[in-house]
Amino acid sequence: MIDKPAAPMNRRSLFKLIGAVAGSAVMYQAMSELGHAGESGYAGPIPLKGDVKGASVLILGAGVAGMSAALELRNAGYKVQVLEYNDRPGGRNWSLYGGDTYTELGGFTQHVQFAEGLYLNPGPWRIPYHHRALLDYCKRLKVALEPFTQVNYAAYLHSAKAFGGKPQRYREVQADFNGHVGELLAKAANQSRLDESVSREDKEVLLEAMRDWGALDKNYEYKKSLLVSERRGYLSDPGGGLTSDSVDSDPLAFHDLMQSRLWSSISAGHVYEFQSSIFQPVGGMGMIGKAFGRELGPLIQYNAKVTEIKQDGRGVTVAYQDTQGGGAKVAQADWCICTIPASILSQIPITVGAPMKAAIDALYYDSAIKVGLQFKRRFWEQDESIYGGISFTDLPNALIGYPNSRYFDDGPGVLLGAYTFGANSFQYAALSPEDRIKKTLEYGSQIHPQYKTEFQHGVAVAWHRVPWTLGCAGHWTDELRAKHYDDLCAIDGRIVLAGEHASRLPAWQEGALLSSLDAIRRLHERVLAG
Amino acid sequence: MKSRFDLMLATTLACLGLAGLGVALGGAVYAQEIHAGAYPQQTGEDLFRGICQGCHMPDAKGAIGAGAYPALANNMRLAAAIYPITVVVNGQRAMPNFGEDLSDAQIANVINYVRTHFGNHYKDVVSPAAVKAARR
Repeated sequence: MIDKPAAPMNRRSLFKLIGAVAGSAVMYQAMSELGHAGESGYAGPIPLKGDVKGASVLILGAGVAGMSAALELRNAGYKVQVLEYNDRPGGRNWSLYGGDTYTELGGFTQHVQFAEGLYLNPGPWRIPYHHRALLDYCKRLKVALEPFTQVNYAAYLHSAKAFGGKPQRYREVQADFNGHVGELLAKAANQSRLDESVSREDKEVLLEAMRDWGALDKNYEYKKSLLVSERRGYLSDPGGGLTSDSVDSDPLAFHDLMQSRLWSSISAGHVYEFQSSIFQPVGGMGMIGKAFGRELGPLIQYNAKVTEIKQDGRGVTVAYQDTQGGGAKVAQADWCICTIPASILSQIPITVGAPMKAAIDALYYDSAIKVGLQFKRRFWEQDESIYGGISFTDLPNALIGYPNSRYFDDGPGVLLGAYTFGANSFQYAALSPEDRIKKTLEYGSQIHPQYKTEFQHGVAVAWHRVPWTLGCAGHWTDELRAKHYDDLCAIDGRIVLAGEHASRLPAWQEGALLSSLDAIRRLHERVLAG
Repeated sequence: MKSRFDLMLATTLACLGLAGLGVALGGAVYAQEIHAGAYPQQTGEDLFRGICQGCHMPDAKGAIGAGAYPALANNMRLAAAIYPITVVVNGQRAMPNFGEDLSDAQIANVINYVRTHFGNHYKDVVSPAAVKAARR
């Protein structure tokens, strides 16, 4: 069981109090000092105090948004019932394991044959350190976490059109990019080309910085040397005894590096969400959904397909189909939290006002594809010293994600062979699962020739064919947000929506949680106000 | 007008289809590892096989789960060509818009293909000019 929050004043209330008394600048300063400014708007378990007088809440959807709402409302004393389309908790928080069967729209069925303990996360696969709500739920639900590696200096950057299609190590591309750019900047500074924008004093420091940052020599040149090999790696590493001499490696030529565009994959690791530390649940992302499901037990009714959502002044009535042969059923409650994706909800009759209905109808869901491949052995580790992390390519599979657990295992391993959005993803989705895997093997074998002899089994999930989402996440544009976002999030009578689509962190589980917590906070205020 | 997501798509296309990872902007980061690619298909059949059947299914009969994808086969709503043109160009509810990613000719070709296959026998031909006119 999870304990009810007991703290009389949590940090958020403290900040609010400081804000009310001293103004927002002081509040921001206080938050900064505690290290929370700008991070996820989560300040510990939500306090839902007061007598709810037996109020009931029907929650539609057992993803992280619906289940966090169910858990908190149950703890606050509400009567809670959850309806879920699938036969499992989690929604897009989902891992596929050996023995699982997955049938996508169109009836294409895949029988997962991964070895014991290996998995594919078709949906989310990483948790940034600043996604504090999700990390806190993992802690409260006792979901064990381990590091997720985003940037691996030994992983590859690959273009089919550059360097004869030979993949380059991330460390080589990064060191050479920094080195060449540093050399250019130093040259410009030394030729007084920067004098208009850089003071003499700053110029000295800039030169020093470029030498340090780019591994430049005393003449501010980036060239083959021990110094440079210490960044990009050696042709032959230093050793011991009589065969100990190292051999320096040759930097990529400036022109080749620029035109290869391999540098374009470096910035991914600079992104806030992809900076260290990042975590993953031990055993698969789906462990979070399972833990929520265990916690809520019989409160969740599985295999329930919602067919109509009605409300009047007294309550909410939801018609649903028991997809295991139980026929048409009805659930009622005083209030409803609906986390059904907008792509599905737009097709369900619902009594809400025109603004919310327009908001629901405004969102389509993006295409995304993930392909998991099991190989007989972890050749990326054994042959290429790649332990976790991601290789990027300009082929349609976009990337290869290496498993961030069970390093050095002698048995088989599952890697993420494709993860792509956009046009390539649409075209992937149009293929049968078998053909998606075949294509992924063709692409990946250009980077790892071992694919051809080591492949055992694959699973491909195209999000537009997922029966309960019709896509991976709501597609917001700035224009759509300006027009519809507030209407989507507002309480309409007795119904409030929640999920990643009702957040400004689209596609992230943190967005789903923050959306849900905000929705139940407002709902609770309304209930207490009578 | 364009979203951050769309801008990243555009940037990526501008990079000659190479692995453009875009720039991190706000909460749209999930699209970070986007590899937009492009739609090389030109004929109606190739476009249908390359894109549409992903949701509307290879037999164009659609599919039903928690929600549904409508059948394009034997579809009376295709009778007035402006309807599929508008939906493909602008999107509609769960249907994404393809107006920015496909040319007038590609959209005309795929609509002509669907309107003359899968039990549909509409005689009038959609021209690229008709698609162009439907763009807002």
